[in-house]
Amino acid sequence: MSYPLPFFSSPLDASLFVVVFWSAVGGLSLFFSRVRLFPLRWMFLPGALGGALLAFSGYRGLDFGLESRTLPLGLPDLPFHVREDGLSAFFLLLLGAVSFGVSVFSAGYFKGQDRFSLGRLLLEFHLFQASMTCVLLAGDAYFFLLAWESMALTSYFLVVTDHGDESVRRAGFLYLLLAHIGTLALFLAFGILAGGSHVSGFDQYTFDRMRSGHLSTFAQACAFFLAFLGFGAKAGILPLHVWLPDAHPAAPSPVSALMSGVMLKTAIYGMVRVWFDLIGLHGIAWEWGAAVLLVGMITSLFGVLYALMQHDLKRLLAYHSIENIGIIVIGLGLSLVFFGTGHPVPGVLGLVAALYHTLNHAIFKGLLFLGAGSILHATGERDLNRMGGLMRVMPQTAVLFLTGALAISAIPPLNGFVSEWLTFQTALSVSTLDIGVLRSLIALSAAVLALAGALTAMCFVKVFGIGFLGVRRTAPDKPTHEATLPERMGMLWLGIGCLVLGVLPVAVLNRLGDVSLALTGQGLPAESKASGWLWLVPESARKASYSPFIFFVVVLGSIALTFLAIRLLFNSRIRRAPSWNCGYPVRNPRMQDTADAFSQPIRHFFAPVYLMKRQLPSPEDEKPHFHVTIGDRHWNALYLPVLKIVGFLSALAGKLQTGRISVYLLYSFLTLLFLLFLVKAS
Amino acid sequence: MSPHASNLGIEMVNLLGAFLLLLAFAMLAARRTLSLIRFFAMQGFFLSASIFIVAFLSGETNLYYSALFTFALKVILLPYILKELTLRLDIQRDIETLVNVPVTMILGIGIVVFSFSLAAPISEAASTVTRSLIGVGLACVLLSFLAMITRKKAMTQIIGFLAMENGLLFSATNATYGMPMVVELGIALDVLIGSIIFGIFFFQIRETFESLDLKFFEKLKEE
Repeated sequence: MSYPLPFFSSPLDASLFVVVFWSAVGGLSLFFSRVRLFPLRWMFLPGALGGALLAFSGYRGLDFGLESRTLPLGLPDLPFHVREDGLSAFFLLLLGAVSFGVSVFSAGYFKGQDRFSLGRLLLEFHLFQASMTCVLLAGDAYFFLLAWESMALTSYFLVVTDHGDESVRRAGFLYLLLAHIGTLALFLAFGILAGGSHVSGFDQYTFDRMRSGHLSTFAQACAFFLAFLGFGAKAGILPLHVWLPDAHPAAPSPVSALMSGVMLKTAIYGMVRVWFDLIGLHGIAWEWGAAVLLVGMITSLFGVLYALMQHDLKRLLAYHSIENIGIIVIGLGLSLVFFGTGHPVPGVLGLVAALYHTLNHAIFKGLLFLGAGSILHATGERDLNRMGGLMRVMPQTAVLFLTGALAISAIPPLNGFVSEWLTFQTALSVSTLDIGVLRSLIALSAAVLALAGALTAMCFVKVFGIGFLGVRRTAPDKPTHEATLPERMGMLWLGIGCLVLGVLPVAVLNRLGDVSLALTGQGLPAESKASGWLWLVPESARKASYSPFIFFVVVLGSIALTFLAIRLLFNSRIRRAPSWNCGYPVRNPRMQDTADAFSQPIRHFFAPVYLMKRQLPSPEDEKPHFHVTIGDRHWNALYLPVLKIVGFLSALAGKLQTGRISVYLLYSFLTLLFLLFLVKAS
Repeated sequence: MSPHASNLGIEMVNLLGAFLLLLAFAMLAARRTLSLIRFFAMQGFFLSASIFIVAFLSGETNLYYSALFTFALKVILLPYILKELTLRLDIQRDIETLVNVPVTMILGIGIVVFSFSLAAPISEAASTVTRSLIGVGLACVLLSFLAMITRKKAMTQIIGFLAMENGLLFSATNATYGMPMVVELGIALDVLIGSIIFGIFFFQIRETFESLDLKFFEKLKEE
């Protein structure tokens, strides 16, 4: 293919152009924020165009093959290398698609925002997107880590957009701290990988060199787990997840959508890149995969259990991000286990399922965060306990939110189901293994997946039922209204994505099979490719197959039939009546279930998991108020002891600071003498 | 060997080096700010003289400029600034020391011995006519450092700092016929600017703490 895109000679060119374009849009926005009466928020639309171009270039890049280049930038003798292969292209597609929807949404969301802070936000927003693109394009560890850090910093500034608030600053700091700990681990991981190359030279740090290097098994294991730690801190793997539930609610909603939808995925990209590509499957032992699988299972279960307890909508979504990252990691872990034990067919399936779920999660979590943003914008409310009846004031937002909620709950025919089903199918290939531990572990992972899926569904019944149905429990502070047009357009784009990815999965699956083929040398089995667009066949038709399109048609058909039957045959009147009017003489909105009440059975059942503080009203209380806060056990068990140790060591180091200049001079004098002595001795 | 190298010239430089070292000890022992400044000016004078002689001995024309420059800066300008500062701040009284003078002297002797033993291998490697004096320069640097440590008043810190630069220049001249002119000018400028900034700070510090005693700085540390 010589000209895959108009104007650009290759997908890589287009992607690099988007990086420059986004940076320019950011810079111009900052400039325009000084111009009075400039309609600043519409600057998001050119940014959205960049996203569309990136998505398109990523799409073309999927089958374009490997393309790499050395940029005339960077330090002398340390130039930046960029490369785009199928895996990068896939993530670029994801980034572009989500960023398009989020940017369009933002044009409506930031209405009424103060001009100066919006200018800053626009700059950071676009630089953030550009850095994520650079992370995906990087062809050497130096450029990768540079882009990675720039991504962390820009997103930190985005998180602390409302820095007047103490809790926001605290959340931002926690995020920055964990991001840096993660980067430290990545430095070490890349350092180990670069050490494998026999020829020493300045290009040792390129990915190509790392791939061809030879390392001992121990060094490989170190690189593997350091990468897991480093990328895990960004992705929200247990126990490094603590920043996530704080940072997402603190950030403005479109930023949360972008962070949860895309930034967490760059960490998944990093894991796949380092594990499957740089270390390579020949060096991976199945025990490592089993460890990854176990961590993924715990993360996923933890995420959903805590999500159920939340009544802050954005915090709830943040915990669901943890859960979904857990599911993706389960997929990766399964893949590693199967590859490690010499079963490439389920191995490829696991990888493909994980990548598919990555894309799906980006789309539906983006949609849900945008929906939460619209609600926050329209009602000024984030607390589910105070919401209700939103469907009547914002019907279109409600339908779009419902799409996202169904997708995340893995309800067919939407996209969440496809990837979770594929992960499930991978786990069901367990019968090919003959190691006892693995057989039970993988069976357990399938059970965890099912449990997480069910609990997610319950959680979103809670969100939708309490937030959108019923009536509002408290009088609104301000009149609520439907979301603005750009907001709805942005959500519509992602909603359509949920449907298309759910109904037409075969095309996606085949593309992902090609990505896997280029990455691991193994593709999907022939029978799966030959199945045609209608039937999704992961391995062979005898084992399992699924046709979402037929399912979709049947669901649509039966809904239409029921609707017509009711309208035509039964009773054609539409009756508007008060909610919860069940014949009681006294009724008020407080009689509804609250979010906390809804999740009470789970809280009761899984009580040991939570750190609960309850405030129960006395029976005589006229205006009873029930209050429960759920704390994370990791704080007490892991973070506080670490904090204490760090505090102790810092206090020791602080003793050096006496405040007397003579003593400071003495330090340098003695150091000087000591060094001179060393010089003399040597 | 350069054309003018003669034993007399080398002996002269040796003598000047000895004066330099002596003055460094004198500064360690000095009890009044004004005498400290006088010692500093004398040190500058001997330094520029020694550079002048080395220039003559080696035939390096650069060093003549260097000598001239040193003279202008360290014998005239800086002492003048320091003296003005002292008079205006009214701090010509006794300088308190942290460690008493005899102990400081003994420490100083130890440092000189250490410097000479340290400089011995460097002297062998150097090719200049005055290479045996590198140890003296090093000793001057370290002694000035010691002077900075053992005094309590902020004024002595800056004089010690400037004297350190003297020792550095002396070492450089004798080890390699001076640093490149650019570097030397850069350092000289730094020292000049540094002393001006110090001067401004002194006024500010005195306004804040009503004293130039360094012990008040201890309040500045984080609790």
